[in-house]
This record gives sequence, C-alpha cells and structure tokens, in this order.
Amino acid sequence: MTGGVNSFQVSGYGPERAGWTRVFARDSLARRLDWPILLSAIALSLLGSLLVYSATRNRTELNQGDPYYFLVRHWLNTGIGLALMIGAVLLGHRVLRTAVPLLYGASVFLILLVLTPLGSTINGAHSWIKLPGGFSLQPSEFVKITIILGMAMLLAARVDAGDKPYPDHRTVLQALGLAVVPMIIVMLMPDLGSVMVMVIIVLGVLLASGASNRWIFGLIGAGAAGAIAVWQIGILDEYQINRFAAFANPELDPAGVGYNTNQARIAIGSGGLTGSGLFHGSQTTGQFVPEQQTDFVFTVAGEELGFVGGALIIGLLGIILWRACRIARDTTDLYGTVVAAGIVAWFAFQTFENIGMTLGIMPVTGLPLPFVSYGGSSMFAVWLAIGLLQSIRMQRPMSA
Amino acid sequence: MTNIPETGRSPRVQIRLVVIQVLVISLLGTLGGRLWYLQIREGDQYAKEASGNHVQKVVQPAVRGSILDARGVALADNETRLVVSASRTDLMKMKDDGKAVLTKLAGVLGMKPEDVEQKVRLCNAETPQPCWNGSPYQPIPITDEATPKQALQIRERAEDFPGITAEPQALRRYASPGKANTAQVLGYLSPVTDEEIQKAQDTSSPYLRSDMVGRSGLERQYDKQLRGKAGVTRYEVDKLGRVLGEAESDPAQPGANLVTSIDSRVQRVAEYELNEAMKEARKQHDRNTNRNYEADSGAVVVMEAKTGRVVAMASNPTYDPNAWVGGISAKDYATLTGEKSNYPLLNRATQGLSAPGSVFKVIPTAAAIQAGYSFEGPYECSSSYSIGGQVFKNFESQSFGGISLGRALEVSCDTVFYRLSHEEWKRDGGNKPKKNAHDWFYKTAHQFGLGEETGIDLPNEVTGRVPDRQWKKDYWTANKDDWCKYGKKDGSYAEKIAFENCLEGNRLRAGDSVNYSIGQGDTLVTPIQMATIYAAISNGGTLYNPTVGKAVISPDGKTVTEIEPKAHGKLPTSKKTLAQIDEALEGVATRGTAAWRFGGWPQDEIPMHAKTGTAEVHGKQTTSWFTTYTEDYAIVMTISQGGTGSGASGPAVRNIYNALYGVSEDGEIDKKKALLPTPQKTLPKVRTDGTIKSPKVSKDPAKDRATSSPDAQATTPQDGDPADPQQPGTVPSPENTNRETRRRERRRAGGPGGGAALRRTRHRSAGRTGTRRTTS
Repeated sequence: MTGGVNSFQVSGYGPERAGWTRVFARDSLARRLDWPILLSAIALSLLGSLLVYSATRNRTELNQGDPYYFLVRHWLNTGIGLALMIGAVLLGHRVLRTAVPLLYGASVFLILLVLTPLGSTINGAHSWIKLPGGFSLQPSEFVKITIILGMAMLLAARVDAGDKPYPDHRTVLQALGLAVVPMIIVMLMPDLGSVMVMVIIVLGVLLASGASNRWIFGLIGAGAAGAIAVWQIGILDEYQINRFAAFANPELDPAGVGYNTNQARIAIGSGGLTGSGLFHGSQTTGQFVPEQQTDFVFTVAGEELGFVGGALIIGLLGIILWRACRIARDTTDLYGTVVAAGIVAWFAFQTFENIGMTLGIMPVTGLPLPFVSYGGSSMFAVWLAIGLLQSIRMQRPMSA
Repeated sequence: MTNIPETGRSPRVQIRLVVIQVLVISLLGTLGGRLWYLQIREGDQYAKEASGNHVQKVVQPAVRGSILDARGVALADNETRLVVSASRTDLMKMKDDGKAVLTKLAGVLGMKPEDVEQKVRLCNAETPQPCWNGSPYQPIPITDEATPKQALQIRERAEDFPGITAEPQALRRYASPGKANTAQVLGYLSPVTDEEIQKAQDTSSPYLRSDMVGRSGLERQYDKQLRGKAGVTRYEVDKLGRVLGEAESDPAQPGANLVTSIDSRVQRVAEYELNEAMKEARKQHDRNTNRNYEADSGAVVVMEAKTGRVVAMASNPTYDPNAWVGGISAKDYATLTGEKSNYPLLNRATQGLSAPGSVFKVIPTAAAIQAGYSFEGPYECSSSYSIGGQVFKNFESQSFGGISLGRALEVSCDTVFYRLSHEEWKRDGGNKPKKNAHDWFYKTAHQFGLGEETGIDLPNEVTGRVPDRQWKKDYWTANKDDWCKYGKKDGSYAEKIAFENCLEGNRLRAGDSVNYSIGQGDTLVTPIQMATIYAAISNGGTLYNPTVGKAVISPDGKTVTEIEPKAHGKLPTSKKTLAQIDEALEGVATRGTAAWRFGGWPQDEIPMHAKTGTAEVHGKQTTSWFTTYTEDYAIVMTISQGGTGSGASGPAVRNIYNALYGVSEDGEIDKKKALLPTPQKTLPKVRTDGTIKSPKVSKDPAKDRATSSPDAQATTPQDGDPADPQQPGTVPSPENTNRETRRRERRRAGGPGGGAALRRTRHRSAGRTGTRRTTS
C-alpha cells in the first residue's frame, strides 16, 4: 500500500515535494487527513480486538481450539478496512462520485445473491454469503454505504450544479425509490436491524439535503405507521417479537428470552468503575453472555474495563461522530455534506442501538458496534465510510 | 468554525446539520448516563448477581460432636457408613444424561433403576418427592446402607461408574451404651428447613442446605456447639457448570463434644426400673375404678442434690432415636407422633404435668412457718375437715389426734394442712379478699420455683401452675363464656362444676384453698420441678437450675468449657425449719408412709429421706409420686395412673438407690457393686486426636444387679467395638419387631477405632439398643 501512496499524484493540490517533507508539507495528504477520526477508529479497532479475544479465547466451540483465532482475524479485518479507507482516499471524492451508480448496482446485486441458494442463514437472518476459507460476507453492510452515496448523488446533483437551492419533490422521490429497493430485499432476509439503520440513514440524508420539511415529517409518520403495520400483519418472526417483549419487561423469563439482556446487564453492572481487569471478567470467562464477540462485545468492556473502558469507547465513537459532523458542515458541496450526514446518522444510530441494548435501554437487534464488534463486512463498511469522510474533507481547500 | 460556505449552502441545511449534531450528542450522553447508572450507582448489586452466577459451593459436612456421659461413654456419636453418591454435573455431561450408568448402579445396589433416577433428579414445583433439593453441584447420596462388597464393585470398576462415588461417611448414631436409651434427653436431628436457612443467613453461623439440625433434647439445646462448621469449597464455574478454578476453600471444623452429667449405667437402671414399675403397676387392681392400673406414662429423675446436675432422666413410653437417622420413614413418624402413639417423643420429666398430691406438702409446711405458725403445733389430725356443708376427708379417713407439722408430713395427714390453709384463707379475707392479702401458701409455692421453668438445659420445658388468685382470675376470664353456656344448676357433675365456675370461678374459694394445700385441685408440677425442690431441701435450700450438660470439650480436647451449676433461688425457709422438715422426711422413710419400702436400708450410713404422693385426677386413676433424697442425690419418680406413691414407685426408687450405693436387698453395702456412690467429679478426657477415653460399659447394668456375678459381664467389650466382629447378636425382644424390620442388618464399621470403614461387623441392631420398652 505504501507504494501506492508514493506513486500517487495528488493532482491540483500544491507543489510536488520529495520524501517526508512532502508527506508533512502543507496541503500534503498527511496534513489533510482528519487525524482524530483516523486515530479514534484505529484505537477502537485495536481495543475491539482485545475485547473479542477476551470473549472468545475460551470458547473452544467457536475458535476451533485456537485462542487467537478471533484476535488475528479481527486484526486482519482491521488491516483490510484500513486498506479500503486508503483506497477511498486515494481515489478521491470526485472519482468516487462518478463511480456511485456502479457501486450501487454491485451492492444490490450482492444482496440479491443472498436470496439465492448461495446465501446462508446465521442467527435467524438469511443475510450472509459464504465465501471459501471460512469467510462470509454480509452485503447489507455495504448497502448502507451505497444508499448514502446513491441518494446523495441524486439529491445533490441539481443543487451542486447551482440550479436549485433545495432538491425538488421529484428528486426526493427518485432518491427514496433508490433507497427502498435494497431495503425491501434486506427486509425479506429478514435483517430487521439493518433495515432500521437504513431508515435512519434515509432520514439523516434527507435532513441534510435540505429537502422540504413535509418530506421529513411525512417520512417519520410513514415510518411509524409502517412499524405498526409490520407488527400487526405479523411479518415479524416470533423471536423478533420476543426480543421486544423482553425489552419491555426484562424480568420476563430470565432463563429464556430475557437471558441475553439480563446477563449483559449483569456483566456490565458488575464492572463498577474500573472493571475486573482485562481477561478477568467472570461473566466473560464463564461465557454467560451470548454473542459476546459480535453484538454484545460492549459487555466485555463494561465488565473487564468498567465505566472507564465503556466511557472510552463511547468517547472515541463520539470523536468520530463529532468530526464527521464538522466535515458535513465544512464541506463546500451538498454531495459531501449529505454523504457525511448519512454516515453520522448510520454510526450514531448503530452505536446507540448496540450499546443501548446491552444497557437495557434498547430492544435487542443484531447490529454490530462499529470497529469494535468482530465481523469482516461490518469492519470493511465502517472503514470505507471513514475513507469517504477523509476524502470529503480532503477535497475541500484548507481553511485559512 | 465561522467559515462561510463558498457554494450555495443554504441556511436550512446548516440548521439541520446542527440539529443532527445535537441529536448525536444527546444520544451519546444518554449512553454515558445509563452506563454510569448501571456501573457506578447499581454496580454493587450487579456484582453480587454476577458472583451468584459463576460461583458454586461444594460442601463437606462437619462431623457432629459426640454427646458423652459423665465418664466419657458416648451416648450419641457418629458411625461411618458407606454412602454411594452420584455427581449430577458428571452425569449430565454424558450423552444420555447418565441413564446407563444409573441403571448399572441400580443393578449393583439391588435397587430399581427408577428409584435411583428419582433420587438424582432435582426438586422443583412439578417434581414430587423423592427428589434432590440440595445443590446440583453437591454429590447426591443414593444410599447410606451400601455393603462393602457393593462399594468395592463400584470402586474397582470406576471407569464403568463415572460420576459415582462410594465413600465412608459419618452418620449420627445413638449407641445406647449398656442399653441406656436416653432418647428424650438426647433428642434427635432432622434436615434443616428453608425457613431456618433464610433466618440464619446473616447470622454468624449460617446453615448449609445439607445441615442436620437438632430438633429436641440436647441435640437441639447444644446444636450450635455440636454442629461444628461445614467446610465449603467455592468453585468458579462457567455457564455450563464446567469448573474454571477453585476460588476459596474453608476446611470443615468438627463440632465440639458435649459431656453430660448422665451416667449411662444409672440411666439404664432408671429406665429399666421405671419400666418394671409400670409393668408391675399394670398387674395391680385399682379399687376405685375396678380395673387394673393403666400406668400409661412415667418419668424418673436422678439428680445430684448439691449441684442440680441430672445423673439420669428417663421418660416412658420411649422410642429409638436411631429412627431419625438418615431420614425418618413415614411409618416411623406416625408411630412416634400419631394419636395412638401416646407421644413417646415427650420428655415426661420436663414436659409431663400432673397434680403433685402429698409430695407437695413440704410447701404448705414451709408456708405455715412463714405465716407465723409453729412447727411443733400441735395441730389436729382429724379424719375429716368440713367447711359449710362440704366434707374434706383425710386419706383413708385416718386420724392421729394433735400432731406437729413434722409428724403431719410423716403420716401425710391432709386435715392438718386443710385447716391451716383454710385459716390462712380466712385471714386473707375469705370470700372478700383483703387488698394486700398475704397468700402465704401461694407465695411460698412460687418461692419454691413452682409455676416457672426450672431452667434446665433441655428445650420446651413446661412451667406447671400455681392456682393462685391471679391465675383464677385469668383462667375465669378465658373460660367463663364456655362455662356459663354449658353449666346447669341441676345437671351432671361436670355441668354443676361448670355452673359453679361460671358464677364464682374468678374467686379463690375456701374449697380451692383446701384442695390446694395438699397439692390437688388445679396445681400442676413437673417431675424436674419436684426434683429441684427436694434437692434444695437436701442441700440446705439452694434451688439449682438442673443441668444435663456438664462441659463442652473441643474436638481436640484442648478447650474445655465447663457448664457451672447455676441457682435460681433459695428456699424461703430458715435453717432451723429446713432441719425440721429434713428430719420429718427422714421419718417418712423410717417410720412414715415410705418406711415399708425402705426396710433394711442402711439408714445410719446413708440417711434416706422420702415423701410419697398419690394424686387424684378427675376421671383417671391416681398418679403415683415418690420424692426422695440422700446427702448426694435426689430421686423423683412419677407414674401416671399408676397407683399410690410408695406402692407403685417405691420399689423402683429403692432399686435405683441400691444400684447407686451398692446396697443389697438385705441392706449390706458392697462398694464394688456401687455404680456411683458419690457424684462423678472429673470430666472424661478427650485426646488430641479426638478419641475419648471411656470405661467399658457392661451389656446391661440393670441386669448385672439381678445376676450375682457382675464381674463376668463387666468384661464384655463395649458394644460396637470393631475389634470383636464375632460379637453375637442378642435375641430381639418381641416389642422390638418394629425397629427390627426397619433396619435389618446393618454394617457398623468405624466406631471408637475409626478408619475401619470397609470392615464388616455384623450386628443385630436390637442387640444394641434393645431397651425394654412397652408399646401400649
């Protein structure tokens, strides 16, 4: 990858310089990078690898006898994610913008592939594609990005061209149509958690695009009505209803439906201020919390690192979200603003839902915690999103 | 940032971005707040829950301390039995949940596979007994009566029996040394209840689910000392119960030994003599009821007069405390507590109540002195005494003319005490009582400790009753409604009494005071109260709290905590009066009502004092009372529906004295034959290895006296001694068939030698504890 950096010409940005001076020169790539975001994401990924390791080193039924199985894979995923980010940065904001239709098409193709016999079911959701070598892909993670990019492209096209101050109704309709198609497919899997994230993304994108208030409130209303309809019609599987029931009443059947939430809360609650120390959590060591390396990874932090560790994770995610908001506000084109805002909506909701469910303030859905949870597709998607944020920031001239 | 967007960024978008930013911050803030709430504010509670989640306790029960007699002979100890247990955690790891192993085990043990499976299933709301209600991490006992052969089969083929263990374990044994049963004094154990676990949870000695708790007698009174502390090993386990590591381990601390003042030989003699006396009474014809005496229950107490220590305490009917070991069967429970059982669990010595009759008369004697009457008198002992139209007769209408109080005691003259008590009643105002009535006769009874517990170290002692003014009033208030409803002026006897009671039952009537003066009417006492009083007369007036426990000795014998005699009062009698009463009671034994029972007694060497009593109970046969004392001992015996005091109880008490002092029928004293001519002073020695130095006890001290060659039997090895596996079983007496079926042959390994767990010592249980008992 470093070779790639060296050979890359940052066209139109400052004079050419040689070696390290060039790297650290004003307007250089390194100087233009948003370092707080990058460092926070790296810190979260490394912290996540330790937590994943702690949760899985004893789970012989998962790690195939190798305690480092998940640790190494988490690092590998992080490395690939970093590469994807660098790729996005190198390609640049504008190039990426032109590639949006292609990316969108590819992601929709992948989720359609899931519905074919190539797809496989994990934890009740038919949302995976098994790859050779024990890897598997969850295309709905990438759909989150392509929805953002696709909608941003449509919504910002005429505004950025200077034709209109805000996207008109037709454009908004087109953008919604573009988002709804993959959402329906994901819903069929069914991967309700991802659909929820996508709804929030659509809302965030529309909000940032300057679309009329009527669209915003109309959508919120439609969303609520849709949720009620889904509940009533009974599209939801029983396990999904049970999760909500357990959320409403955690004491309900502590050995069954409420088990996850109860054990998660016990794990976190027992951590206290500084936790029991990494690898010393009894709930974690005793494997009382299910799915602890993926959806419930935050419970490891809560138990073993305590309030300090938990707050650190929330803080690091806060830094990323804060910087992303700044990037959305500071960029010169609406496309960049909308993309950044979409990513903010995505990360913020997923963080809130994931940590919230371990803390018992949100119902349980299968959503990973960005950077921290084990899982390749999610890791790649969030690092790609970081790459997009970096490229948006870099295409804007440095402020004086 | 104040930079102005270069392209057409509208204010609307800018505002909305700020809205998004605010939303994001509030969401993260919510998470942080919730995290703080769970971890900092509620953290302790969750930490507790987490530790409950992953720590499992495995309990090693503490060996319960022994209960020893005054010379160190074990009345209650532990025997090692082979217990086969199954580990549930091991069984559940198997593919078929251990079914195959359990079936195989059932084959070896000769049990039904269903029975074995039921024993290891866990109790819950839907599972009826039998089931296991202890911790699932605790080995679950399948049987405690495995033979060594079965145990060897299991041990040698350990690979065929994964999760099954066959280990020697200590179980309670009531050894009945020399056939001394001592059942009601020892009490019994039963498993701890959930309620008790809850209650003791936060105290210094919490219960474990596997604990046995003393339910009555000494086992209950000294439960804390005897119980010891169970060892607990805490294992950290994961969700599936797999052990991750040992968290903490407290070794088991065995319980302390309780040395009692009971002498097992005297106890045996007392039990034997009581039973013989009752059997004899049943052969006697009762003129009043025109049938033989029923002699339904009885008690005898042998007390050290100078300390209040109990040397023997027997209650009849009795039972075998071993019935409780290893869980009582429903059938045994019914025989022990059912309506037809005659309640053998009751200790009649501390819980049996009856009117004292004439043995009470020392109290009105002392009362008369307190009230200012002279001891010498003379007082008219007429054949009857009448108040108004009511005639109160002397016993068998005898008359002795003018006599002193002392002579009145000797001949047990009722009319002397009627007159005195009635006079005092009149002095106190009669039917219109004075405000500050002296009530000497009632006050004295209270001062003698009646109507109150003696404070003996046995649970649930009853108080008895002094029917004084206050009691009359309270009793009337509680019952007047019934009396007034039921009573009829011209009805049956009971109806007339009720009618009378309804009208004036709240007042102390002349008749009440007369009846009371000879221990009749509503007066109720326990044998232990009378023993305490007569011991006090013997020792110069100190009312001791009777004690059975003498010392608590730590398992290693290093710490000895003696239980010192405590007094709860002094007799309200001057030295002079006490000497006069003492002399009169000696007269009872030499020339009074008890003289015919002490013919040939070596009175010069061992001055004997006695008082007889024959208490009348409405609708029942008379209660026999016999209270006696020497310089060192007080013996009180009572037989309900047994006849007269000296008639029914006399020979038995005399025989107990004979045994204590080694007196033969013709009055010769043979020191060699004396069981305990002076009270046992020294404590038995507990060696540092926990073994106890104790003398050998002959097979049946009660029989030794009958046969003239006690030496031959005294050399019989102590019962249950593993060194003598050839010890023949004795032929069970027919009364013991009940027990005989329950515990057939039982291997009794261990014993004083210990360690010989697998050695088989056949022994018929009836030979061990075959106290002669009657089942009515």
